[in-house]
Amino acid sequence: MNKVDDNHDPHLAHHFDTPVQQYSSAKIGMWVFLATEILMFGGLFCAYAVYRGTHPDVFLYAHHFLDTNLGAINTVVLLASSLTMAWGVRAAQLGQKPILVIMLLLTLLGGVGFMGIKTIEYSSKYSHGLWFGSDNAFYVKSGKYTNPEELTGAIEYGESHAMPHEDKGELTDEHLELQVKDAATEDVLDNQAAGEAQDQSLPASAQSNIGNATNAPAGLSSKFAEVEGDGSAYVTSEKKPLTYEDLDPQQQKLVSQFFQIYFLMTGLHGIHVLVGMALIFWLFIRALRGTFGPKYFVPVDLVGLYWHIVDLIWIFLFPLLYLIH
Amino acid sequence: MSATQPTQQTDIFGKPVDEQHKDNYLTHQRGLMSWLFTLDHKRIGIMYMIAVLSFFFVGGVFAIVLRVMLTMPIADASNQMRFEMNDTRNIVESSGATVPEEAIKLLYEPGVTDAEAQQQKIEVVLTDAASSAGAGAKVVEYPELINARDAAAQKYTQDLTNHNTFYNQSFTLHGAVMVFLFIIPAIPAIIGNFVLPLMLGAKDVAFPRLNLASWYCYMGGALFFLWVLGKGILNFLVPTLEGVWGGGGLDTGWTFYTPYSTETNTAVVAATAGAFVLGFSSILTAVNFIASIHMLRPKGMTWFRMPLMLWALYATAVIQILATPVLAITLLLLIAERAFGIGIFDPALGGDPILYQHFFWFYSHPAVYIMILPAMGIVSEVISVFSRKHIFGYAFIACSSMAIAILGFLVWGHHMFTSGQSELLNAVFSIITMLVAIPSAIKVFNWLTTMYNGSIRLDSPMLYALGFIWLFTIGGLTGIYCATLAVNIHIHDTYFIVAHFHYVMVGSTLFAFLAGMHYWWPKMFGKNYSERWARWGWLLVFVGFNITFFIQFIMGALGMPRRYATYIDKYTIYHHISTGGSLILTVGLFLVLFVWIHSLLKGKQSPANPWGANSLEWHTISPPPHANFDHAPPATDPYDYSHWRWRPEIAGYVLNEDSEPEEKDAMARNDS
Ligand code: HEM
Ligand SMILES: [Cu+2]
Repeated sequence: MNKVDDNHDPHLAHHFDTPVQQYSSAKIGMWVFLATEILMFGGLFCAYAVYRGTHPDVFLYAHHFLDTNLGAINTVVLLASSLTMAWGVRAAQLGQKPILVIMLLLTLLGGVGFMGIKTIEYSSKYSHGLWFGSDNAFYVKSGKYTNPEELTGAIEYGESHAMPHEDKGELTDEHLELQVKDAATEDVLDNQAAGEAQDQSLPASAQSNIGNATNAPAGLSSKFAEVEGDGSAYVTSEKKPLTYEDLDPQQQKLVSQFFQIYFLMTGLHGIHVLVGMALIFWLFIRALRGTFGPKYFVPVDLVGLYWHIVDLIWIFLFPLLYLIH
Repeated sequence: MSATQPTQQTDIFGKPVDEQHKDNYLTHQRGLMSWLFTLDHKRIGIMYMIAVLSFFFVGGVFAIVLRVMLTMPIADASNQMRFEMNDTRNIVESSGATVPEEAIKLLYEPGVTDAEAQQQKIEVVLTDAASSAGAGAKVVEYPELINARDAAAQKYTQDLTNHNTFYNQSFTLHGAVMVFLFIIPAIPAIIGNFVLPLMLGAKDVAFPRLNLASWYCYMGGALFFLWVLGKGILNFLVPTLEGVWGGGGLDTGWTFYTPYSTETNTAVVAATAGAFVLGFSSILTAVNFIASIHMLRPKGMTWFRMPLMLWALYATAVIQILATPVLAITLLLLIAERAFGIGIFDPALGGDPILYQHFFWFYSHPAVYIMILPAMGIVSEVISVFSRKHIFGYAFIACSSMAIAILGFLVWGHHMFTSGQSELLNAVFSIITMLVAIPSAIKVFNWLTTMYNGSIRLDSPMLYALGFIWLFTIGGLTGIYCATLAVNIHIHDTYFIVAHFHYVMVGSTLFAFLAGMHYWWPKMFGKNYSERWARWGWLLVFVGFNITFFIQFIMGALGMPRRYATYIDKYTIYHHISTGGSLILTVGLFLVLFVWIHSLLKGKQSPANPWGANSLEWHTISPPPHANFDHAPPATDPYDYSHWRWRPEIAGYVLNEDSEPEEKDAMARNDS
């Protein structure tokens, strides 16, 4: 770059000496901002960890209500859109305007697809009385169900999601082999098998101890270290998904909490996706006008970083909410 | 000051600034719009100053309201009887009858066990009075007297409730305004915005537009917050107003603890929404500072040649970045809890109120370091300049800022020792809390050593800085008391805690803020202030502050709980002393304000470098031009004062031209 160009660079703000300095500042600023995003979600992840830690069975049970297939599709959609975004950034840097425009469009479509699927998921929850706040079939206030009429329907809906597993009935070795091929469940089954083996190796008294663990307190108590889930509800050896009846009464009252956390996390994430889509749309318009090129691609770069973070957060949300075992 | 005061702007060599170079950020553009849409960090700093000081005034008014209410504790036993006796008499008299004093005394005689005997005695007194009274006068009958007594008791209960309601809302407003609107933004947003780019020899912060956006977030959040909280107060004073603009107010304290905050009928959602927006302002400022310090340092200014103020602001910004988002999500969860009943914090819904405390203090303990670290930065500058000695232990002070920033994230549990944490957590948090004292003490010792053998000049910034060291030492050491588990059980939620955090927040941060304001005032406005009156202001603030809060350590150790509107007789004397001190403090602060206003109106032109400091902000004229520097100053050791010589005729220091050839060189190149 020659000196004259530097001085005439229309994108160089007066308080920076060189475009590189300006570009690096913008990048640092963005990274710092992304740190705040992670910490903000960090609060929700903490809430998740605390409640999953204090009543694991509730999470184990309630996650069946989520549609793993849709979640998985969404993961793929979002990952793909991250790829197109990264490609777009490269295209901007190289000044390949048509590719940039196409990539931004594809990324935007990815966002639309993600939100579309999310809407399908949300509306099916809504129609089965499994909504945010007190509008939830499992909602219990001061020991009473507030929407008892919706409870049976909701339970059926959720437990039918789990049916495919149950349909297989008793797990024979054959079944096991079949499933091991299914890469997604491989680890989990290994763990289960290990757990089973351990179970059997335990003395009978110890096994019954696991079974009879008492109710978990409602929250973090002073006996933090002693809080345990109700082991009986794992039913690991039976390979059978939990049902609402399997939960003890204490835990039955807390099922709605899973949905609250689910809606909070995915909702906040969804808002971020929407913001990202708005930003990408703005980039798209500017890219059409040919604003970006090798000398000016900072906005594409920054929005790209943001989009990747939003993607990354989903990568954590998906297993934590959908794939619990 | 002396009669040789200059009336003309002079540059760092003491030469008058010629007409065509006379540019000054204050007069660069004119009109309100040129301020509201400015991207100039200096103007944004000044706008923050006006706003933050106004909110400080509001918070201060409520401090006085609290202190004055506390001199009239209507619940103490003797007061209650006096109020009820008066009311009984008034009620009887308003019905057109009279009641003899003796009957009232008998009626309220303490320790009566035999009610019938008492009734007979009173009836005797009443009939006596009736017979001796003239025909026209009517003496009250016994049953009416009893009715009057019951009515008076009811009225008293009502008054007490009102008293408490008003007190609760007032202390919430006071605390929340002081914390969120004053102490947190005071130093970074006012002084930091103004001096950070100047200290870097830069033209502006890295993102001037975000800087302005941060001011708007602050104003939006602050005005909304104040509106919501103020409504509650106004509704209380004029109940009909509630019909006009609806309910409001907040009585949870600045901490918004659940489960009370999910149950009170005051405006928790609106208030937290305001605080949420304020968080954005904090984050935007922090992003700006971090990027600026990373990218805008001039050639030659390595990390360890930065002024310590920049280290402090950097550490502060890191905390703001890491802590504020957690507050944001906490407040969102609280809003969701109240609006939708999500049951994360509400035990009635299976939630856990202690989780709220964890979240809240994970932000709010680091937030106390957001308040204190920049204060320490100012003190590091001032102590060195006014001792005319290089700062001692530069690297230690710089690194201890970062150490405090990191340790500050690991101690939040010390606010929850009595909340039912496990013993193990308590012990761990207690130990880590005490560890924070180490980097804090490192700073104090280095300041003292810097002063050792220096030629100390007790100008007002230095007085405030010395006040800081004194008060921070008391505040910090009592922090160790608080962190000691066994002691904490006794003093938790008492005035001891109130005294502790006022010593660190008001005593330390406010003092450092005032030190900074007096130190950079000539640079900000190009005007000198009356040093004499500034010192008087310092004296009143210092004395008033100590009277107000030292006594609270004693009161707290004796058991006076915090956040109570009334108390038993035993604490009266302490409260009266404390209130007296707070009035002195108020007078002192108004004197400070007067000194500043007087300086703006009547102050003489100040030189480029009135104190002989060497950080880069003193390498430009006062007030700085729009672009900060005519020529980019060379970055040298900020604590090397050997090149500056005192020049009485301009009442300031000038750069020794021979000893600073780089500066001449840069000026000749004029590479702005
Ligand atoms: C040496 C450093 C410090 C130590 C060891 C320390 C220790 C403590 C402890 C243990 C408590 C909790 C007491 C209780 O509630 O029972 C506390 C409360 C508090 N401290 Fe500190 N502290 C230190 C510095 C600071 C600083 C620098 C600030 C602010 C600038 C500060 C502000 C506060 C506040 C605001 C509270 C009370 C908050 C509330 O409950 O509303 N502290 N401190
Ligand atoms: Cu703390």
